[in-house]
Amino acid sequence: MREDHHDQPHAPDHPMTEFEWRVDAVQALLIEKGVITADEVRRAVEEMDARTPAQGARVVARAWVDPAFKARLLADAKATIAEIGITVGFDATIVAVENTEKVHHAVVCTLCSCYPRGLLGYPPDWYKSLNYRSRAVVEPRSVLSEFGLELRSDVEVRVLDSTADMRYLVIPVRPAGTEGMSEEELADLVTRDSMIGVAQARTPALR
Amino acid sequence: MSARFKAGDRVRVRVGSPPGHFRTPAYVQDKIGAVERFHGDYRNPESLAYGGDGLPRRPLYLVRFPQSQLWPKYTGPARDQLLMDIFEHWLEPA
Repeated sequence: MREDHHDQPHAPDHPMTEFEWRVDAVQALLIEKGVITADEVRRAVEEMDARTPAQGARVVARAWVDPAFKARLLADAKATIAEIGITVGFDATIVAVENTEKVHHAVVCTLCSCYPRGLLGYPPDWYKSLNYRSRAVVEPRSVLSEFGLELRSDVEVRVLDSTADMRYLVIPVRPAGTEGMSEEELADLVTRDSMIGVAQARTPALR
Repeated sequence: MSARFKAGDRVRVRVGSPPGHFRTPAYVQDKIGAVERFHGDYRNPESLAYGGDGLPRRPLYLVRFPQSQLWPKYTGPARDQLLMDIFEHWLEPA
């Protein structure tokens, strides 16, 4: 094994943490033993970096304009997402849940940071924080309020703690005043946070 | 494996902290919930975490719990729910 890893382009500029050293060492060994190649690692990083919330926004916008698509999405998200040319990849199963005027879903992973990365890309830092992970299940309305989202008491708050193979995608409520907008314009209103359930979709006036 | 529970069934979460990796947080253990949906059969993470094959696959459910039952001091409306994925071997009829 090489003694010095500073020649690696992926090495961070800051002093490496114990976990970074460990990942670095395992990767170097796997390459040295011919299990994987450096180019495969690079491609995997490139592919992951290419995934963004824009993919999820396309899915939500289609669900807003096409009730049959939405019904299929709620029944079998992974297969339905593939219909519009998005390959989620990874082994996890995507499950879509719908927010309405009466029900509001928000997603957390208390055990670690499970997130529909294959669809939305990397999770935001706050999603991985101990503060969000511990408080979102205990006092969700307070946490949502801190994000600027006040929900009426007649709205049922449903917090999803993704502890296993399911990766939840929230379909936010379609904002009022968006009748007649194109699917592409609608997708622009669908933010990452609205698909985690800590915010509503943007209204056209606030774009 | 055939699923033992169906949507609507009342279930109690088993109590336990087996050595190693498991996905059933302490805060739902011994709590009673209702099956929201059956997800299908999935590899067992308690085996996968240690290089096992996770087989046989285990039935996995989405279970909902009223927040007020999980947290005695919950201040939100009684209708608020917590939903969690739980493997069948952690559930018993309630």
